[in-house]
Amino acid sequence: MEALNLDLIGAGLIIIGAGFGLGKIGSAAMEGIARQPEAAGKIQTAMIIIAALLEGVAFAALFAV
Amino acid sequence: MQKENVAKFLLACLLMFVSISSQAFTAKEPQEGGDAKVNTEEEIKDYIDHHLADSHYVNFFSDGETGAHYGFSLPVILWDDGVKVFSSGKFHHGEDLAVIDGQHYRLYHSKIYKTDAEGTITYGENGFPSNERPLDFSITKNVLYMLVVSILMLLVFGGLARQYKNRKVPKGSGRVLEPLVLYVRDEIAKPNIGKNYRKYTGFLLTVFFFIWILNLLGMTPLGVNVTGNIAVTMALALITFFIVQFSGNKDYWKHIFWMPGVPVPMKIILAPIEVLGMFTKPFALMIRLFANMTAGHVIIMTLLGLIVVFQNWIAGPAFFGFTIFISIIELLVAFLQAYIFTLLSALYIGMAVEEHDDHHPADNEDIPVV
Repeated sequence: MEALNLDLIGAGLIIIGAGFGLGKIGSAAMEGIARQPEAAGKIQTAMIIIAALLEGVAFAALFAV
Repeated sequence: MQKENVAKFLLACLLMFVSISSQAFTAKEPQEGGDAKVNTEEEIKDYIDHHLADSHYVNFFSDGETGAHYGFSLPVILWDDGVKVFSSGKFHHGEDLAVIDGQHYRLYHSKIYKTDAEGTITYGENGFPSNERPLDFSITKNVLYMLVVSILMLLVFGGLARQYKNRKVPKGSGRVLEPLVLYVRDEIAKPNIGKNYRKYTGFLLTVFFFIWILNLLGMTPLGVNVTGNIAVTMALALITFFIVQFSGNKDYWKHIFWMPGVPVPMKIILAPIEVLGMFTKPFALMIRLFANMTAGHVIIMTLLGLIVVFQNWIAGPAFFGFTIFISIIELLVAFLQAYIFTLLSALYIGMAVEEHDDHHPADNEDIPVV
C-alpha cells in the first residue's frame, strides 16, 4: 500500500471546514433577510465579503497542496 | 407517488452510471494493449495545461490529424545584450530554433531558452532545464488581450465621458455603461471609502471593468485566460497594495504599530501580526481571483474532455448539459470576482484613509445605505 498523503487529507479537512462556514454564513444571512427584508442589500454585501474572505482560506489550502 | 418517482430517478442514475463506467472501461482497453493510438486522458490534460498557460501564439484550434495550427504568431521581444525583436513564427511551435544575430533560441514548453546550434536542453538537478534564459518582454497572448481590453476600455469609456459635455443622458452603449459606473461609485466606493471617495473611484472603476471584461472574454472560445494567470492578478493586487500604503494616514499606521487602548505587552505581540496583515490582504486578493478563474476554466474543460473520454450517447448530452450549467455559473462568477476584488480594494483603502472619529459615528449621523 502506498503511503498516505497527509497533505491531501489536510486540504480536504480545510475544505470541509470552509464548506461548513459558508453554510453558516448563508443560513445566518437568510435568517437576517427573513427577519428584516428591507436590510437585504446590506446583509448581502456583508455576506459576500465574509464569504470571499473564507474562500481565500479554502483556496490557499488547495494551492498549498 | 413521490416515492415511486424517487425510485425511478435512482434507477435511471444507476443505469447511467453502469453504462458510463462500462463504456469507459472498454474505451481504455485498446490503449493498454500497446496500441499506437494516443492516450486520450493525457492529451486532454495537456490541452488543459496548454490553455491555462501563457503562450507566444494565438491558437484558435489545431488539426490533430495533419498537425496544422490555425491562429497567428506574436512578436517576441528579448533582452539579451540588446533588444531583439522577431516573430514567434520562427519557432514553428517549438519545432525549430530561431537564430538571431548568431544566437540560438529554442521554445521549450512555452518558455524561451538559449541553446547551442543543435538546440540541446540540459537539465538541472531539480529536473528543470538549466539553460540560460534571456529576459522575455514578448507580446504574449495574455499581453495581447490585456492591450486589446485596455484600448477597448479607453475608447468606450473615453467616448462615454466626452458625451457628458453636450448632453445629460448618454446614448448608445453609454446607456448600458452609465448604470454600471454609478453602481461602482455609489455602492462600492462611497459607502466603503467615505468622504474622499472621488480620489479612488477612477482606480476602482478601472479595475472593476478590466477584470470583468477579461473574465467574460475567458468565457468565449478565443482561449483567453488572463485573469487566471497569477502574474496578472499579482500585478493588480500590488497596485491595490501600494495605493493602500501610500494613502494610509497617521491613524492607519498607528493602528498597525502602536494601537491605542491595548496593554503594552500585547502591543508588542500584535504589531508583527498587523504588519503581516498588511501583506496577507493583497495576497488573498491575488489568490482569490487567480484560483477562481483557473478553477472555472479547469472545470469547464474537464467536463468537455469527459465527453471525448466516454464517447457514448448518455455521457455526451449529460456532460454537455453540465458544461452549460457551469458556464452559466461562471458568468455569475465573472461578475462576482470583479465585484469582490473592487469591493475589498475599496474596503482596504477605506481602512487606510478613515479619520479617527469615524470609529464611533454619532447616532444622528447618516450611515450610508449599502
